[in-house]
Amino acid sequence: MQKILFKIARVGIATEPGPAADDALRLSPGRLNDEITRLLGRALAIRHVDAGSCNGCELEIHALSNPYYNLEGGGIKFVASPRHADLLLVTGPVSRNMEEALRRTYDAVPAPKLVVAVGDCGCSGGIFGESYASRGQVSNVIPVDVAVPGCPPSPVRIMQAILAAVSTRR
Amino acid sequence: MKLERKNVDAAGWVELCARVAQGGGRLGTLWASDERDRGGGFAVHALLVTYEGLLCADHAIAGTRYPDLSALFPSAQRLQRAIRDLYGLESGGDARGWLRHGAWREDATPLRRDVPAGAALPADDARYAFVRVEGEGVHEIPVGPVHAGIIEPGHFRFSVVGERVLRLEELLGYTHKGIEKRFESFSVADGARLAGRVSGDSTVAFAWAFAMAAEQAASCAVPRRALWLRALLLERERLANHLGDLGYLGNDGGLAFGLAQFSRLKEDVLRLNERLFGHRYLMDRVLPGGVAVDLDGAGSAELMAQADTLESELAALRAIYYDHPGLQDRCIHCGILAPRTAAALGAVGLAARASGLAIDARVHPGLAPYDELEPRLCSHRNGDVAARIVVRFEEALESLALQRRIAMRLPAGETRVAPAPAPAGAFGVGWVEGWRGEVFVALEAGESGRIRRCHPHDPSWHNWPALEHAVLGNIVPDFPLINKSFNLSYSGADL
Repeated sequence: MQKILFKIARVGIATEPGPAADDALRLSPGRLNDEITRLLGRALAIRHVDAGSCNGCELEIHALSNPYYNLEGGGIKFVASPRHADLLLVTGPVSRNMEEALRRTYDAVPAPKLVVAVGDCGCSGGIFGESYASRGQVSNVIPVDVAVPGCPPSPVRIMQAILAAVSTRR
Repeated sequence: MKLERKNVDAAGWVELCARVAQGGGRLGTLWASDERDRGGGFAVHALLVTYEGLLCADHAIAGTRYPDLSALFPSAQRLQRAIRDLYGLESGGDARGWLRHGAWREDATPLRRDVPAGAALPADDARYAFVRVEGEGVHEIPVGPVHAGIIEPGHFRFSVVGERVLRLEELLGYTHKGIEKRFESFSVADGARLAGRVSGDSTVAFAWAFAMAAEQAASCAVPRRALWLRALLLERERLANHLGDLGYLGNDGGLAFGLAQFSRLKEDVLRLNERLFGHRYLMDRVLPGGVAVDLDGAGSAELMAQADTLESELAALRAIYYDHPGLQDRCIHCGILAPRTAAALGAVGLAARASGLAIDARVHPGLAPYDELEPRLCSHRNGDVAARIVVRFEEALESLALQRRIAMRLPAGETRVAPAPAPAGAFGVGWVEGWRGEVFVALEAGESGRIRRCHPHDPSWHNWPALEHAVLGNIVPDFPLINKSFNLSYSGADL
């Protein structure tokens, strides 16, 4: 225990200041009004769905929780069920094998069902495109509010996209 | 690297495989090809790993039936089921599909050359016959494909009594996105980009294996400096993944402190990657003919400084992990993959080494530049979660030692040559020990620099069945910890 406490004290707080929303990533006008944002407060619940990615985007989504980005410290947390989620973070070209699962997950999210598509594949199908096995971009399967390109997009870009999805600017 | 090719008939194919199996060799990978456009039929290819090197056994099939290899190599079974879904070829083994899930009909054969790329195929019923365990008190827990955490999709069917697991059956293929078909629309020169996205966490290993295959096909010699830089990138990838896993293993074992510490260290590694090589995960840095990066004196100094810091951080955290009664209680004797089971199933990579198998392509055959770098093989014999943690600590430290060795002794010279185009029909195989285990890429060049056939192989094909065994008799709540201790790729094996 002593070693753990010593280590924690020595490392200190590594968290860096977070970025602002990047509204340029929005595909649709903001759907939240000030009242909803006030109710959500600083507690946004996110459900991640890998709809067929290469797992590169997952690495950066994991990184969001490291001490430098500390997403949870900002009141944004990942939840285990779509029924608990305000926002879906979807990666990958949507494989045909995941199409149904993605639709059902989306159906299980309570309104207003915010969706952020992550990565070049989520935005456009990326290098995998559309094929017998891939439906391509996420918006081919469910409505998307914000899309953040990159292969993979950096944690800061993903944070900017999440913030754009919940910002009330139109 | 020694790569031998043999054309054999059905009896010869089985005999050759049996001889390799008896001699202690293993199945590297297995794939099929469609030769009808050049006067043949279909063919199956078994890449065998022997003490001497690689042996590719090619068998031209008359019709659509070929011999089942799963009695010799259990890892062949799912590969054969994938071949069935993609080519409509039958091995006579397990007749259930593996990748299809109703995304196309049973009689559709998307990888045959006369099926156009890019076309959607009619969908089918997605029902799958899981093996049922029956008896008093047995019940099933279906999990996935969408899991509770930030992980890739797959389905696990647990049959349990109380909370003990009687049987686990995996159903994968959810991230199948048609990578092998996609390769056929790429040129050999561009293919490394796609290979680097077979499994994002192993992008260096796959890009290197692809480049190695392309260079063999084009008879291209790679500058020594480029090989050393490739090894540096591969060790950076190993280090980053091991650090991330050590954090999550602590977290899943109830020590959230471990996740905070290790994810901080992993981020430090990624940031230095970005600064020195221009990409956090080093995607698209390995290309046929060499590498797209270089390292100067200042970069070497930064690498060495980071190695010093990480060595002392790892030593301190290792002391905490090894001393922590709560974590030890969760990890020791949990999820045991016995050495005998690991050997029988043909497990590879980190998981095999943690179960007493001495398999590491960096050590043997020690392909360049590892023949000069003298890597140490890290292993353990207990085969439990704790053993896989120990091997990760040791490999991360060994990886730092290798990085330091590379930075100090990096040979001078070019970092890349332009490879001549590979002639049509030229063939090559890449073999790289990635952080998870051995990655293969088998490549055949087509007309005018195109890819005719490319089969990338992730070690997860071999180790997913081992996970089914490791979890037996454990309690369901330990599954996430056991699963994380293997940390297998879904995308890499779903293709």
